[in-house]
Amino acid sequence: MAVAAGKRPFVETNRVIGTGQSFGTIDDTVLSPVLLDVQQTPRWWWVGFGISLAFLTMYLVSVVHLITTGIGIFGNNIPVAWAMPIVNFVWWIGIGHAGTLISAALLLFRQPWRTTINRFAEAMTIFAVVCAGLYPILHLGRPWVFYWLLPYPNTFGLFPQFRSPLDWDLFAIGTYASVSVLFWFIGLIPDLAALRDRAPTAFQRILYSVLCLGWTGSAKAWQRYQRAYLLIAALSFPLVLSVHSTIAMDFAVAQVPGWNNTIMPPYFVAGAVFAGFAMVLILAVPLRRAFGLEKLITMRHLDNAAKLMLATGMVVVYGYLIEIFIAWYSGVEFERYMIWNRLFGQHAQFFWALILCNFVAIQPLWFRRVRQSPLALFVISLIVSVGMWLERFVIIIVSLTKDFLPSSWGDYISTFWDWALYLGSFGLFSTLFFLFIRLLPSIATAETKETLHHYEHHKLDPLEEIRESYFAEVKA
Amino acid sequence: MLDMPPMNPPQEDERRDFQRLREKLAGQQGPAYWRSLGELADTEEFREFVAKEFPRQAAPLENGLDRRDFLKLLGASMALAGLSACARPPLPHEKIVPYVRGPAEVVPGKPLFYATAVTYGGFAEGVLAESHQGRPTKLEGNPDHPASRGATGATTQAEVLALYDPDRSTTVMEGDQERTWDDFVAALGAAVGGLADGQGLAVLTENVTSPTLAAQLQQVLAAVPGASWYQWDPLHPDNEVAGARLAFGADVRPVYDLTRADVVVSLGADFLDRGPGRLAHARDFAQRRRALRADADMNRLYQLESSPSPTGVLADHRVPLRPSEIAAAAAVLAARLGVDAPAAEAPAGLSAALLDAMVADLQGAQGAAVVIAGAEQPPVVHALAAAMNAALGAVGTTVTYVANPAARPAVHVEEIAALTAAMRDGAVGALLVLGANPVYTAPADLGFADALARVPFSAHVGLYRDETALACTWHVPQTHFLETWGDARAYDGTVTITQPLILPFYGGKSHHEVLAALLGDPAATAYDVVRGYWQGRVSGDFEAFWRESVYRGVVAGTAEPPAAVTPAGSVAGPLPQGSDLEVVLTHDHGVLDGRLANNGWMQELPRPISKLTWDNAALMAPRTAERLNVGTGDVVTLTVDGRSVDVPVLVQPGQADGAVTVALGYGRTAGGSVANGVGVDAYPLLATATGHTAPVQVATTGRRYRLVTTQEHHALEGTGEARHIVRSGTLAQFRAEPEHPTFAHPVAHHSEDLYPDFVYEGYKWGMVIDQTVCTGCSACVVACQAENNVPIVGKEQVWRNREMHWLRVDSYYGGSIDDPRFYAQPMPCQHCEKAPCEPVCPVGATVHDSEGLNVMVYNRCVGTRYCSNNCPYKVRRFNYLQYAELDTSATPLSLANNPDVTVRSRGVMEKCTYCTQRISRARIEAANEDRRIRDLEVVTACQAACPTQAIVFGDLNLEGSAVNEMKASPINYTLLDDLQTFPRTSYLAKVTNPNPALEGSA
Repeated sequence: MAVAAGKRPFVETNRVIGTGQSFGTIDDTVLSPVLLDVQQTPRWWWVGFGISLAFLTMYLVSVVHLITTGIGIFGNNIPVAWAMPIVNFVWWIGIGHAGTLISAALLLFRQPWRTTINRFAEAMTIFAVVCAGLYPILHLGRPWVFYWLLPYPNTFGLFPQFRSPLDWDLFAIGTYASVSVLFWFIGLIPDLAALRDRAPTAFQRILYSVLCLGWTGSAKAWQRYQRAYLLIAALSFPLVLSVHSTIAMDFAVAQVPGWNNTIMPPYFVAGAVFAGFAMVLILAVPLRRAFGLEKLITMRHLDNAAKLMLATGMVVVYGYLIEIFIAWYSGVEFERYMIWNRLFGQHAQFFWALILCNFVAIQPLWFRRVRQSPLALFVISLIVSVGMWLERFVIIIVSLTKDFLPSSWGDYISTFWDWALYLGSFGLFSTLFFLFIRLLPSIATAETKETLHHYEHHKLDPLEEIRESYFAEVKA
Repeated sequence: MLDMPPMNPPQEDERRDFQRLREKLAGQQGPAYWRSLGELADTEEFREFVAKEFPRQAAPLENGLDRRDFLKLLGASMALAGLSACARPPLPHEKIVPYVRGPAEVVPGKPLFYATAVTYGGFAEGVLAESHQGRPTKLEGNPDHPASRGATGATTQAEVLALYDPDRSTTVMEGDQERTWDDFVAALGAAVGGLADGQGLAVLTENVTSPTLAAQLQQVLAAVPGASWYQWDPLHPDNEVAGARLAFGADVRPVYDLTRADVVVSLGADFLDRGPGRLAHARDFAQRRRALRADADMNRLYQLESSPSPTGVLADHRVPLRPSEIAAAAAVLAARLGVDAPAAEAPAGLSAALLDAMVADLQGAQGAAVVIAGAEQPPVVHALAAAMNAALGAVGTTVTYVANPAARPAVHVEEIAALTAAMRDGAVGALLVLGANPVYTAPADLGFADALARVPFSAHVGLYRDETALACTWHVPQTHFLETWGDARAYDGTVTITQPLILPFYGGKSHHEVLAALLGDPAATAYDVVRGYWQGRVSGDFEAFWRESVYRGVVAGTAEPPAAVTPAGSVAGPLPQGSDLEVVLTHDHGVLDGRLANNGWMQELPRPISKLTWDNAALMAPRTAERLNVGTGDVVTLTVDGRSVDVPVLVQPGQADGAVTVALGYGRTAGGSVANGVGVDAYPLLATATGHTAPVQVATTGRRYRLVTTQEHHALEGTGEARHIVRSGTLAQFRAEPEHPTFAHPVAHHSEDLYPDFVYEGYKWGMVIDQTVCTGCSACVVACQAENNVPIVGKEQVWRNREMHWLRVDSYYGGSIDDPRFYAQPMPCQHCEKAPCEPVCPVGATVHDSEGLNVMVYNRCVGTRYCSNNCPYKVRRFNYLQYAELDTSATPLSLANNPDVTVRSRGVMEKCTYCTQRISRARIEAANEDRRIRDLEVVTACQAACPTQAIVFGDLNLEGSAVNEMKASPINYTLLDDLQTFPRTSYLAKVTNPNPALEGSA
């Protein structure tokens, strides 16, 4: 493999930070676009933002229609009482996971390569949680009383029914959203201060001054900041495992064949990281190109993300296999039929499509040539995103169509509004994302500088040294 | 709503004209309610205001509901509000007599029951109408009535909805002009008085069993020279009358006593679900069929039929045959039983072994066997059945013949043909159509509508401004049977005096009143007429007679005595010609001949076995469909005698190969907003010569049509068997293992639990459903719908699997697709002891109560639908959209709602409650009397309606209760027991009693 790879000239770098970077160049690369005058905003941003707004409008129209008319505008029925909105919910929440994993878990494991991608990955997490979190509320028969799921003192004298996984869900997502926002914001503070200091206009100066909470950059501030950041990271790390596990409980606790599996929590977590890294790549590949961040988001990052995607993807595939095995091994008629139906039934095409997307499509990632091709990664990531959506579709909807009594088996047919709300949620996500990349630094400059300093003034750890020499050799 | 001022003040002169308003009020009949002077003055501004503020009220106004009717509606809704309990009795001197249960006086919140009767094909089925402060909401069977025995059919349950149907005709019409009753009386008088020479008055009625109406008709015939009376009722069993004339030369009809029948052979008869006496048959048949223990004395049913029917569901040996083959089989069977029958060859579908076994079985049960011919079978089959019954010694035991209770028994198809001929010849100068809708229902070859156009004066009296109404020169709105007095006779002759429950909504007139007007007394009320008739015929204390008869719903001693008739020794007459493809035109299970087509409950009721809703279809056997290369949803052209209709195909296992069954009653053009355009009108295939069965040509059209069923069908073989959902065995198997039959308990299951069970100190409700006697007729489904305000959702929503029926009847097939066995399994909420729906609800909207009911708290439900996902029985129903009408003033249909049951809003889950409102009522009554609720004191709506008493509900903590007795049966099982949900609803395995001589071949 080394020989094969050696034939290719590397135009890009495999270092965490490309050569020739200084604190100044990092600031220039990352912060300048944020501080551009409105008139100087690049055309592609306006185009992207406009399209996003159009989709957001579709989202809002769908929501208004949903609330005024009822959940019946979707294709849900009896037996398929949960359908596309829940598929989309699980899909979005899964996407968010990579952000938390990158920012918190990799920080704790002291993986220096995380620094240049954690900021936008965290933003992705938050926006994905926003998109995800709205679904269960909109999906209620009576969305305006969603707060009845909250334990608050009320005149009914009623509390939520805490045995229900849906209540666990509420707390899981609530915690996740609040911790993610907190973590993201704390990480932003030094960068906001840098923006304040470079702000050309009074408005920007005031805006970023307020946001950076009067950051002075004193050693004391840095010391406390670092401590707080690490603590929050420690807090969010378990969330990577717990949030999607809790969501998996929604299914694992129920007795629907195809849902009632103990493997669900780890399987969901792996799937979430899998889908999340796919989304990171979908965002990173165009972003580094658009902002000229190739030396900060390097081949190294893409390669690592791809490896994680491959690893978690294979865990997910293991999940598929074990589900089939357990269904057979259980000897339970309903479970066996569920698997038969999933593999060969009316909706079998969805299962085989997901195998194609989530298993076959990621196999090229074994090869570095693929892992180091942004275009290939972008395409594979798109396929994986579709695959993970299909996976949730198969688990949630196909399982529900045929459960215990053949008399109540039913089909599911999606409606225009199912798709309008789903595509509209992309608009919500991308509108937020476009605002983010325009108004906030999409790379954590302070942390990147720290890493750069580390690279330049300290001895590399042995593993990193081997990597450096290897790539130097290959490049030669 | 009260005293809401109009948006613009009315003109001064109108507002101040109090004298005019006073006169207006004085001129009104019945209770007058008005909200503002503007309304009373009926100013333009007020109409505008109503249109703006209450658009849905305004819509019916535009659709012909005039202001006066609107006021009456308003009066009815105020009665609902409890403002006026005395709004109900029509007029002070017309005393109607409550069927007293408990207090004799009206107690708010407590319904009263009044005995009356509903008629099908003229034959009465007694009902008790439940009235909430003057508002009928539900019909129950009248236990004292021989044709009801406490049960009702599905259609009867839907009559309440028909009463409040906003599409009902509201005004007297002459062409397109609104007229008054007085105008009509004058016009009728002028038309009858001024009849030209050679032109007579013709009165067309449906089948008349009403003694009063018959007497009135006789008076008309006597009073009006040249008057003639014709009958046309598509529901009338014409062939039975013709068959009786063939066999006996007399107008008698068979009355079966199935409690005494060990062996029943049905020649295409759906006797448990159709025709006069169906409910009595079902009750008696079930009594001899129930097999709680292995020593049960079960009857045996051989069912020869073309199309799967509820009766066929209970068959021990079911033979699918084309109509002509049934006739041939009847002749062969008759010959074997020693009857001099026309020569015929046994059809291929009827194996020699089965025929031999059947003959041996019938002959072995002398005096305890009976042969029943179906209404659609030709007269010769009825005659053969009569001869066979005589040969089997059945007469006097399992069957008696009584004089036909119809006032003038007739073969209606001959009458309508005669009338059409007379009209075409110009011999009819005036035509009065009472209730019938011949323009839509008359045999197509007659050209009734064309002939009708030649009649100078024609008047139609009917509930709807239907096809016939539009073709007549005059139309008079008819009263619903719950709005008027009348009388009718049951299948055995028993008379019921029917009483009204509510004032006529739309100023309708009953047939009695129209005939009284014809006889010169337009002011006579139906009450006067009916009472007057009986006054002259009762000796002794008339008031006591009247009170007792009206109260009971039965006039004592009016059942016909057995007629001493013997069938002719030999049955002659040609057997019907067969064909490879034969069409069978049946009355739809729900909309009948089309008269209930505007009834949403009936349209949405899944048809037994096929589960088809909102359409009719050409039912074909899989083999026939294969041969014709068509599948479900393919539109085919059916042609009989050059007249054709395009119908979508529904492939129906169990259909006889070559028989194409199409339900009548669809494709209405003037049936109302619900009925119009639903399904295909199959009446063009109905001809005088061929009747309901005829050779047919089938051609494909290449078009497709979406048929909607509530259940996708999956054969029980393969995956289904292992699920052990429907369990069934034969009586022989049961007897082999009387204590613990393997067929009822195929796998051992464990019910160990770590936690101790909750102990129910008070009541502990439970239900048992006996699949052995369930025909799948679906009366329970509609009864539940009526009781629990279950909304209808329409075809598109049914297609999306969102039907709301709390109780469904699941249908399963066993065996081959060409000759399957049928299983009907009513599926209410199972009320699991460990209900999976409960722990998953995040807001605790579905919880267990202290009596073991799994209750649904609508107000608390936020609509996550998690409960439905986790319900293995999928009995929960969700309001995906606002299906129920929440605005009680928007449509009169809201008046049909049961005030004891919440009307649900969108976004909440709902499901069967075991009729918790009925339990509550009984609980309060019992508490008042300081006692426990007695056994069978709480009867759920489904249980009450069930013709075969397949559903039993009661207190499991009450020793010796009926439900406990059922649950103690060794064939009692719970569904999906390995899930450990411990359902309170359990099932008795279906036991059949096939002929042991046919072991292995059945």
